[in-house]
Amino acid sequence: MVKFLQRTYVYLIFAFLYAPIAVLIVLSFNASRSRGTWGGFTLQWYVELFQDRVIMSSLYTTLLIGITSAVIATVIGTAAAIGIHNSRGWQKKLVMNITYIPVLNPEIVTGISLMILFVFSKVQFGYLTLLLAHITFNIPYVILSVLPKLRQLKNNLYEAALDLGAEPWYAFWRVILPEIMPGVITGLLLAFTLSIDDFVVSFFTTGSGVSTLSITVYSMARRGINPKLNALSTIMFTAVLLLLLIVNLRQAREEKKGRRDNEQEKGFRIIGTVDAAGVDSEWVQSQ
Amino acid sequence: MVPLMLLVLTLSGCSRNKETLYVYNWGDYIDESVLGEFEKETGIKVVYDTFATNEDMYVKIKSGGSQYDLIFPSDYMITRMRDEGMLEKINLANIPNFKYIDDRFKGQDYDPKNEYSVPYMWGTVGILYNTTMVDDPVDSWDILWNPKYSKQIIMLDSQREAIGVALLRLGYSINTTDVDQLNEAAELLKQQKPLVLAYALDEAKDKMVAGEAALALVWSGEALYAMDENPDLDYAIPDEGTNLWFDGMAIPKGAKNKEAAEKFIDFLCRTEIAFRNADYTGYATPHTEARKLLDPEILNNKAAYPDEEDLVNAEVFVSLGEVLRDYDRIWTEVKAY
Amino acid sequence: MTRSKAMLPYVVWMALFIVVPLFLVVYYAFTHTSFNGAELTFANFQRVFQPIYLKVLARSLKLAVISTVICLLLGYPVALVMAGNAFSRKSTIMLLFVIPMWMNFLLRTYAWLTLLERNGALNQLLTRIGLPALNILYTDYAVVLGMVYNFLPFMILPIYSVLSKIDQGVIEAASDLGANKFVVFMRVILPLSLPGVVSGITMVFMPALTTFVISRLLGGGQYTLVGNLIEQQFLVVGDWGFGSAISMVMIILILISMAVMSFFEKSEEGATLW
Repeated sequence: MVKFLQRTYVYLIFAFLYAPIAVLIVLSFNASRSRGTWGGFTLQWYVELFQDRVIMSSLYTTLLIGITSAVIATVIGTAAAIGIHNSRGWQKKLVMNITYIPVLNPEIVTGISLMILFVFSKVQFGYLTLLLAHITFNIPYVILSVLPKLRQLKNNLYEAALDLGAEPWYAFWRVILPEIMPGVITGLLLAFTLSIDDFVVSFFTTGSGVSTLSITVYSMARRGINPKLNALSTIMFTAVLLLLLIVNLRQAREEKKGRRDNEQEKGFRIIGTVDAAGVDSEWVQSQ
Repeated sequence: MVPLMLLVLTLSGCSRNKETLYVYNWGDYIDESVLGEFEKETGIKVVYDTFATNEDMYVKIKSGGSQYDLIFPSDYMITRMRDEGMLEKINLANIPNFKYIDDRFKGQDYDPKNEYSVPYMWGTVGILYNTTMVDDPVDSWDILWNPKYSKQIIMLDSQREAIGVALLRLGYSINTTDVDQLNEAAELLKQQKPLVLAYALDEAKDKMVAGEAALALVWSGEALYAMDENPDLDYAIPDEGTNLWFDGMAIPKGAKNKEAAEKFIDFLCRTEIAFRNADYTGYATPHTEARKLLDPEILNNKAAYPDEEDLVNAEVFVSLGEVLRDYDRIWTEVKAY
Repeated sequence: MTRSKAMLPYVVWMALFIVVPLFLVVYYAFTHTSFNGAELTFANFQRVFQPIYLKVLARSLKLAVISTVICLLLGYPVALVMAGNAFSRKSTIMLLFVIPMWMNFLLRTYAWLTLLERNGALNQLLTRIGLPALNILYTDYAVVLGMVYNFLPFMILPIYSVLSKIDQGVIEAASDLGANKFVVFMRVILPLSLPGVVSGITMVFMPALTTFVISRLLGGGQYTLVGNLIEQQFLVVGDWGFGSAISMVMIILILISMAVMSFFEKSEEGATLW
């Protein structure tokens, strides 16, 4: 019964999160250009989508920048979180306060101040500036995701590993990282999400010929968003769902096999899947 | 990681060998197939980016971080950029097709000798209304203050246009720099606020199409599109006057490829190309020959091509400089009210 | 402390891309940038404290606080359920919370317009099942809804990642000592999950404070929020000084209130188990 209620609650939240997505999907088949009226069923927007070179190239840029910036931000951010966790006093406070600034600063301020910085430093605007800007606003979210996991860590875990003769790097890789992995994955996910959704900062830090999907969508705002973009969203959404399904089926099969082999390796299942769940979460059973 | 960074670096640096034209236009404001044709014909590669507002575009160009050869600013922005030395003079000798531009739209105040810009599209600001919901004649801005339509009115969420309407209703110029007149306009807008359903930009037309509101202040291009989707809708330009606007083509200072930009302007001024762009965007073209090719239904539509007498009191926005801060202050007052 | 060196790359990055731009903001805030040059001034800050702008700030704070609280109330139980055993395949399900956010923000917000309109999808559904229609579009309710919708995953994820690895032994120990479920939650689970909650609140509250698209679209642009105000200064008015001053005041206010919060948090940490 409790389980049923718990599940219902999560499903309701999903309904809330997915309602607008459903609207987008329905509208992608709407023959009318307007959101306000249903003009019959059409596949026109899908056909036009693939002929639209602006949209297609901005999709490529969005994914390229999204993945690259999320990965780099996760590496730098995780290292930073470990550093912050292990420092004390004013140093820690200073770094933390500055970390909040990109989260706190209105996007427009971040965007314009980075733009001025890049102009001063004579960097050519384009992929590089866009990437640097995205990494900058992504890092704080990674830090904020990893830090709580570090605070949860038993203080002496790392020392214990060292005492047992582990090299520091090995101790980090085998002892610390698996423990904070859920936080790292959370950070990576949030960074990727923020990156592909950002408009304001991207707009001011990109150069001619480099446009993200968000920039393309926003620039249509005066004339009305072209339904092609609904079609694109539908395709993206379906692709992600399919991918998720495939990964899951494969994982399920491997797990079955794994159970037979009684394999115990826990921490390294991240390859190929996004295992934000972590593993040992059976604690609620005791409730 | 390092190879990836290198890849990104090379990607950003490599596309400069072939002759390239960097174009910066409003989103979804051109028939994109036109670009490919230009490339095929001239061998010049077109890199095409888009922006959402004049101000966005201005900040990008002003910063100097981007390098475009051709931009599409509106009237007041052309003046502002010209005054700040941000535009190159256009050599009209390279644009023989300029002759097709309607004389009415040449030499407007924002660029008196057409030294800096060639008109691309034009239009008005007016009232889009639902004939099944509005039974009063729509011939005056007063109707946007009529309590009968409380919570059925959509205003433009754009400082100059919204304040401009209040100024027009008061009988003042939409380019006024008189603070007293502006304060009067602010009072008027505050009075109107309880009647307003929403201050919107592009969403206004979808709301009108769906029949969610009775009256909306819109740009003419939006109106045309909405009327196409919902036959109950009509568009009117009030007698007190309106804002006549132009989007022009201009070349920013320091453009690397001015020649190609002029070639492209000329290309866009060809009858067939201008027709296709007008047909695709639904906005009114200043091109005399292209207009003749349009569907007569559109030609007779006052939203797209208003009669001469509708435009008697029409004014074009001029760049206001520091006075803009007063506009912003009263707009914030209205919004915080 | 060698491990504190791990933050070196970040410190360099931060200095370059956060601190230097921050100085720019400070510079603009203290100068009067007009179309013809700049001069030192405090006028921008005096202007921020005019009643009309304070009103804007207060309103933005109110909406951001409400949205954050709702996100926490909705999100914490989700994280708790997900950390429990109601679902297998948790990683997949957690991912499902994020995927909607991969669709463009503007498109999703437009979709909410379609849902919430007077004759919109939601009202058609409600009237069909005999419930009264809901007219919340262009009110503060819609703005809050939009914020909660867009920031909820940022609350769920960090809390979940902390909850999912709470040491089971601690909970068992507590139960063995005779604590009931509620007491276990209040005295053990909640305190242990606080770091995640703090991260979640930070990631929801701050963006909620400065968003301007949500209030413009779902609020019908009826009220200026601080995000709109700053955006207007930078783009429409060209008054970068005033825009910078507003955001500086905001940042300082929030950093101060966070310092106060962390002071209390620290005293509470003493009561937790480690």
